[in-house]
Amino acid sequence: MDSPQSSVEFLDVCYRLPDGREILKHLSFAVARGEIMVLLGRSGSGKTTALKLVNRLLEQSSGAVRVEGRRTGDWDVIELRRHVGYAIQEVGLFPHYTVERNIALIPTIERWPEEKTRARVQELIKLVGLDSDIASRYPHQLSGGQRQRVGVARALAADPPILLMDEPFGALDPLTRSDLQREFLALQQRLGKTVLFVTHDLHEALRLGTRIALLEQGRLVSLTSAQEFRRSSEPLIVKYMEAFGAQSDRPRGEA
Amino acid sequence: MNLWTFLVQNGGNVADLTLEHLWMVGISTLIAVALGIPLGVLIARRPVLRGPVIAAANIIQTIPSLALFGFLLPAPWIGDRAGRLAVLALTLYALLPLIRNTYAGITGVDRAVVEAARGMGLTDWQLLFKVELPLASSVILAGIRVAVVISVGLATIAAAIGAGGLGELIFRGLAMVNNSVILAGAIPAALMALTADVLLGWVEKRLAPQRG
Repeated sequence: MDSPQSSVEFLDVCYRLPDGREILKHLSFAVARGEIMVLLGRSGSGKTTALKLVNRLLEQSSGAVRVEGRRTGDWDVIELRRHVGYAIQEVGLFPHYTVERNIALIPTIERWPEEKTRARVQELIKLVGLDSDIASRYPHQLSGGQRQRVGVARALAADPPILLMDEPFGALDPLTRSDLQREFLALQQRLGKTVLFVTHDLHEALRLGTRIALLEQGRLVSLTSAQEFRRSSEPLIVKYMEAFGAQSDRPRGEA
Repeated sequence: MNLWTFLVQNGGNVADLTLEHLWMVGISTLIAVALGIPLGVLIARRPVLRGPVIAAANIIQTIPSLALFGFLLPAPWIGDRAGRLAVLALTLYALLPLIRNTYAGITGVDRAVVEAARGMGLTDWQLLFKVELPLASSVILAGIRVAVVISVGLATIAAAIGAGGLGELIFRGLAMVNNSVILAGAIPAALMALTADVLLGWVEKRLAPQRG
């Protein structure tokens, strides 16, 4: 019943607010180990909610979410969250900590030896393409792009096999975003993390996604590879392609 | 007799009363901090309790100080000594700014920061001590500052129940219709309030978080 290939699995998951509004409706999909699964959808489609069910910042009303084959409810919540890295658009760097202490927080809490922590921080700073002298700076002294990089480095600090990313590049200018996307792809190929990536940006989805799960009003509309997505004649996908002016590979488009 | 000659003749007495005053304010502030900060954290965590706790602290604040000193007189053990009574009353008054500022400081921490911290797997206590309290510290300190300045003024009234402090000079001066004696109590009290305000204001500024 557990496919060992799946890192994260949604099984008929519903999420309702206390007032009864349904945010997620019977969501089922599985994320394979080492793939980048993009959750694409407009604001309010439930994509962020779905992400937060994975690290139990929220709990589903019914159904089950499995991480490494184990229901999230059966995990110790702290252990679960340390197993799953988390990077968000607002970054949420700790303003009273330097870059180094931000990245080192979880290693410090887990009482890694000081040497190892320091080496890890330096390694991560280089890994996300920053200069090592940035370590002693405070978040308010960084540019938006640098902050996002630090956020990713922090999420990677304890080497979690799974990464949750909620529009991590959403607040950046297009050029910086493009740089970070390219670097992120290269990084992921090296590290082989399983990634759940939330975005409303079709270009980002097509560029980064191994597969794309399209959400609309809490339902999974389609789940396809990026290539299939371009060819799809699903009405909502067609609308997306048109809205973003993306090159469609639909057969009837080529004449 | 002018203020200067009074001070020269009664310097030792004024110094004793100043120390007594300082002691009452200091002890009551410490107790209020020890109670008020945990209460503020509690209502930030359990919003249901926020209404009742703030309301209780508010009600205490509205009781006229002279009446509160009087109300507390029959309390067992506390009522035996005027000093204890004064400390209790001052503590009660200091609670409101402490509870309210702790609550405001903690709920004012950027939600993204708290969310990121939870998502990273910080426990509740780690979140509190590593993130929330440090980021709220300047707001909490502003609460302590308000509490201390209020207490220095209120503690002068403690003399009415025989708890001593600089209020004793003020009440004595009032009874003797002697402005010099009143000033001998009022000026040190004002200086004490100003000094505390400046000192704590300086610490508060140093604690203000780096904004990103």
